Amino acid sequence: MTGIMDTALGAPSFRHGVHPREHKEDTRGLAIRQFPFAPMLIMPLRQHLGAPAVPVVRVGQEVARGETIARPDGFMSVAMHAPASGVVRRIELAPTISGDMVESVFIEPLPADTQEVDDGEPCRLDNATPEQIMTAIQNAGIVGLGGAAFPTHAKLRFPDDKHVDTLIINGVECEPYLTTDHRVMLEQSADVIAGIRYLVKATSAVRTIIAVEANKPDAVTALSAALPDDLPVDVTVLKVKYPQGAEKILIKALLKREVPQGGLPIDVGVICTNVATTAEIGRLLPRGRGIQERVITIAGPGVEKKGNYLIPIGTPVRFALEACGADPDITRVFMGGPMMGPAVSNLDIPVTKGTSGILAFTVHETAAIVERKVYACIHCARCVESCPVFLNPSHLGLLAKNEQYEQMADDHSLYDCFECGACNYVCPSHIPLVQYFRLAKKMVRKLRATH
Amino acid sequence: MSRLGKTMEIASSPHVASGASVDDIMRNVVYALLPVVVFAVFAFGLSALLVLTTAVLACVGTEYVLNRVAGAPDTLGDWSVVITGLLYGLTLPPGLALWMVAVGGIFGVGVGKFLFGGLGSNAFNPALVGRAFLQAAFPSAMTTWSPAFLADRFAHISSSTLAFPFARPEYDAISAATPLSAMKFRDTGTDPMELMLGLTSGSVGETCAVLILVGGIYLVARNMMNWRITVSILATVATMTLIANTLAPGEYPQPMFMLLSGGLMLGAVFMATDPVASPITDTGCWVYGLLIGGLIVVIRFWGGMAEGVMYAILLANAVSPHIDNLVQPRVYGSRA
Repeated sequence: MTGIMDTALGAPSFRHGVHPREHKEDTRGLAIRQFPFAPMLIMPLRQHLGAPAVPVVRVGQEVARGETIARPDGFMSVAMHAPASGVVRRIELAPTISGDMVESVFIEPLPADTQEVDDGEPCRLDNATPEQIMTAIQNAGIVGLGGAAFPTHAKLRFPDDKHVDTLIINGVECEPYLTTDHRVMLEQSADVIAGIRYLVKATSAVRTIIAVEANKPDAVTALSAALPDDLPVDVTVLKVKYPQGAEKILIKALLKREVPQGGLPIDVGVICTNVATTAEIGRLLPRGRGIQERVITIAGPGVEKKGNYLIPIGTPVRFALEACGADPDITRVFMGGPMMGPAVSNLDIPVTKGTSGILAFTVHETAAIVERKVYACIHCARCVESCPVFLNPSHLGLLAKNEQYEQMADDHSLYDCFECGACNYVCPSHIPLVQYFRLAKKMVRKLRATH
Repeated sequence: MSRLGKTMEIASSPHVASGASVDDIMRNVVYALLPVVVFAVFAFGLSALLVLTTAVLACVGTEYVLNRVAGAPDTLGDWSVVITGLLYGLTLPPGLALWMVAVGGIFGVGVGKFLFGGLGSNAFNPALVGRAFLQAAFPSAMTTWSPAFLADRFAHISSSTLAFPFARPEYDAISAATPLSAMKFRDTGTDPMELMLGLTSGSVGETCAVLILVGGIYLVARNMMNWRITVSILATVATMTLIANTLAPGEYPQPMFMLLSGGLMLGAVFMATDPVASPITDTGCWVYGLLIGGLIVVIRFWGGMAEGVMYAILLANAVSPHIDNLVQPRVYGSRA
C-alpha cells in the first residue's frame, strides 16, 4: 500500500489524516481519451457556486460547439458554453447531484456535425491587464475543477490591502480511484505552465508552488521538465496522505500557515487553484474559448472500461456508465472520490464542471459497509487522531446523537468540519459521523432561520 | 431501455471504511490477555483456573441476563464483557472463594457497566468496580494470598476457593506475603528478576510483568491501545520513586521494584487504557497517566494500604472527562 516513494521521508505533510487504499493503479496508466457525445446533453445553469447563469439561447435554436449559451449573472457567476453543436430542445428544470432541481439547457447534438470548435476573441498574456484576465476566465466559464466548482476569477480578485506571495497549484489528488489530475499533469504540463503565467499576471504572486503527492512520480518528472526559466515556479512533492488536497490542509502542509476560521487563503497571502483548472486557463484563454468538456476518471469495481476521459459537460451519468460497460448489478454510484463524493440517486443527472470522476460500486463493495453493526462510541480516539482540522468528532457525534445541534456549532466548531470523511473512515464503531455533521449543519441553519 | 437500474443506493460519504471494528479490537485485547491467563493457571493451579472461569461466567452471564430483562439487544458479540471478566479475574487473589468472585463480577458488570448505559458509557472500568466492591466487602479475603507454584496446585483445590457462600473461608496453605506487603510491612525487598518473571505471590494475573508487557506491545503494534497512558504511568512512578529513593534510600524502594511489583503493570497496560474511561486526546492521556502514577506512589508510600493501583485508576477514571475538557486540541485556524 504505502511504498517507500509514497512515504517520501522528510517530505512536507500535515498532522493527522488517514491512508485509505488508493486504487489508482486501475487508471493512472491510461491516457486521456475523447468520450462520445450522448444523444442529449443537459447543462444545468447552476453548476458552480454562486448565481445561476442566464441563458442567451432559446428553444429550437441551433448552437455551435463552444458557443456561449448562458452569460454570467453578476460577479459570482460564470458563462456556459455549448458542449456540442446541436439544437436546444428544452430549457427546463432537471435533477442535479445536490438533489435540487435546477433550470437546465437540453442540447441534442447533431450527429452529422464535425463538432469543430472555432476560436473566439483571445486573451493574450502579453498585453492583457489583470482585470482582463479575470473577465476572460469568467467568460470562459472556468470554475474549480477539483470538485468545489468555485468561480476561479472570484478567487483572483481580492481587496487592495491583501497581497499574494504564493500561488499554489493543487495537483495533490488525494481521493482514492481518481487519476484525472495525474493525467492532466502528465499530458498537459505545458498548459499548466501557461495557466500559471496567466494566474501570476492576474495576482502578482511572488512565487508558485505546484503541489504533487509522492505517488505520482511521473507527473513530477513531466512538470519539472516543463518548468519555465523566467518565472519562479517549483514542484513540491508531498507525502501521500488524505485529505491533503483540501485547500486549507495543503496550505498548512506546504507553508505551515493556517487560514483563519471563517477566512480565505488570501488572508494568509495564498491563492490556490486546482491543476486541471490551471491547465484550462492556459489552454482556453489564448484561443478565446470556453469550457465545454473536462477530464474525468470513470472507474470502480462496477465499471469494465475504466479510464480517464475528456467528456462533454452535460453527459448524463447513465450514458457515461453504459458507454464504459458498467455492470448491471451496480448498487452505488458517486461523483468524485469515495471519501467525499456524493452518491447519485438518479442516473439521469449530468456530469458538470465540478465532476472529477464517476465511480460505481457493486454489492461486493457496499455490502460490508451497509450491513455492518453500529456500536456505541468507545472513545478509541481514532477519529480525533484523524481529523485534519483538530476537531473532536467523537464528542460532536455524541452531541449530534442527542440532537444538541446548536452546542455543536457554538462550542465545538462544527462549521470547521469540511466533511472529508476521515473520522467516519476510521471509526471502529461505524458511527455515521459525516452524516450526523451534515444533518447538524442543516438543523442549525433551520433553527437560526426560525429564531 | 437502459440496462442500468433507475435508482441507486443513497448513502452519505465516505463510501469506504478501514478494517477494524469494535469487536475486532476487543477480541484482540482478549488475545493479548491469553498469555497472562495461561501463566496465571500455571503459577496458581486449579484455584486460579476456577477463579478466572467463575469471573468470566459471572460477568458474561450478568450482561446477558440484564440485556434480556431490559429488552435490550444482545451485546456479548462485542467481546467487551469477556475482557471485563478476564481482567476482573486476573486482579483477584488466587484462593478467593468462588462465591465472592461471582458476587464481585455481578456487581462490576451490573453497576459498573450496565447501570451507566453499557459499552461506551461506563465512567469507570467495570472490572475495577467489581474488585473495589470486593475490597470493601471482604477486606481480609481480598488481602490473603496463597503462594505461587505450590507442588500440588494442579491436583488440589484449596478449601478457601470452595467455601460456602457467607461462610468464612478457611485457608489450607500458609498465606504468603506479596512483594508489596513484604516491602511495606516487613521492610523486605524482592529481586526484580523474580518480579519480572512472575515467581512471586500476588493476584492471579498481576505477577508476570514480562507477559503483560508482551500483550501490551501486541496491542500497540496493532494500533489498538493508547501507549501514551502506559508510558505516562510508568514514567511518573519511576521518576517519583527515583527522587524518593535518592533522598531516603533506606525508606523507599528502587524504581524497578515499584514498576514490577503488585498490580502496576497489569493496571498500566490493560486497566488504565480502557478507552471508554480514559481521555480521548493525546495530551489528556499524558495528564491522566501522570495522575494515576502520582496517586499510585502516594498511596503505596504514604497510604494505609500496600497497593494503590486500583483506587488510582478509579479516581483518574472519574476525572477523565474533565481532563479532556481542559486539553482539547486547538482547532485549525482558531486563535490559541
